[in-house]
Amino acid sequence: MCQECGCSKPGPYSIDGKPSGPHAHAHTHTLADGTVISHSHDDEGGHGHAHSHGHEHGHGHSHSHGARQVLNLNTGVLGGNDRVAEQNRGAFKALNLLALNVVSSPGAGKTTLLTRTLNELKGRLRCAVIVGDLATDNDAARLRTTGAPVVQIATGTLCHLEAGMVAEAMRELDLRALDILIIENVGNLVCPASFDLGESLRVVLHSVTEGEDKPLKYPPMFHSADVVLVTKMDMAEPAGFDRELALKNIRQASPRAKVFEVSSKSGQGVAAWVDYLAGLQTKSKSVK
Amino acid sequence: MHEFSIMQAALETATDKTRAAGATQIHRMKLRVGRLSGVVPDALRFAFDGLKGESIAADAVLEIELVPAVCWCPDCAKEFETADLKYECPHCHQPSGDLRQGKEMDLASLEIS
Repeated sequence: MCQECGCSKPGPYSIDGKPSGPHAHAHTHTLADGTVISHSHDDEGGHGHAHSHGHEHGHGHSHSHGARQVLNLNTGVLGGNDRVAEQNRGAFKALNLLALNVVSSPGAGKTTLLTRTLNELKGRLRCAVIVGDLATDNDAARLRTTGAPVVQIATGTLCHLEAGMVAEAMRELDLRALDILIIENVGNLVCPASFDLGESLRVVLHSVTEGEDKPLKYPPMFHSADVVLVTKMDMAEPAGFDRELALKNIRQASPRAKVFEVSSKSGQGVAAWVDYLAGLQTKSKSVK
Repeated sequence: MHEFSIMQAALETATDKTRAAGATQIHRMKLRVGRLSGVVPDALRFAFDGLKGESIAADAVLEIELVPAVCWCPDCAKEFETADLKYECPHCHQPSGDLRQGKEMDLASLEIS
């Protein structure tokens, strides 16, 4: 959300440091009387507003005023995002690309696990990463140590990635030369659940240091999971992690999800996770 | 937090549809929100009150219909409502991941003139 004017258009975000998004230029708001106000957020100070007062309404009305009518719309509020997500999904299918949307709370170990995953997949499958954060390209730098192509989206103030941002970041990659595209979402267990990116698999991380009831506290995100990765298993004992209770909660909140218990540090479970991904990609290749 | 942007998107769509119908004012806006949509109705109402002032819905009433989460149990061949969000079939106690409704975030209808 644009924090300056409160509109739903994403604020200025950047892809690999290049400014992007609607506010890189200007956008308009329409007031109740039809007045169109356009303003731009280019200026650092934000005071360069250009107000135009060109009225949009015509004067040849033929309809009768005052008569109330009911419009039945039944249209999705996030229809715009969903349409772009479908386009992404189509592109992934056409390219036989397995696309992962990786989500978790901040600090659950997404980047560490993905770095390990990329290293394990080296020589088996060709991977690239699109990573979203509010600011910095620290995660991209960490992921690039694996040699994989990485595109960083700095969302500015937005708490989740949207399908359009992913579509734009995809243009920075040679998708034909890839088998797996990993999208590391902004660390947040709430908002990313509502925004389809067109992914093939939604992967939700749950670290042992977060306790056992995260799946029950954040049902929309966990219910949408195709895979749940219980991370930092090497910390389970010092953290007093109740494994049985956590697995029971995950099964309740994410009944159809495949569950892996992993540790990026010790390597526990990583082979099973990586083999699972490789198996899915082989399948999608053979279905041509 | 994203209720604000969702409400803004709903108001933009509502404004477009109202203008396209040749009307100038929204009197009632009805949303349909699933229990698993990730959206909190109270936060939507708060966002609506904050945003409607600068729109053609300034005097409108917001109505939110909550849609329960309903799953399909393949073993019992029955739908069941997941009142506690645990997705467990009340008949056979097997969990089901087949959600049939409950993720809606729809602009259902508008009363306009």
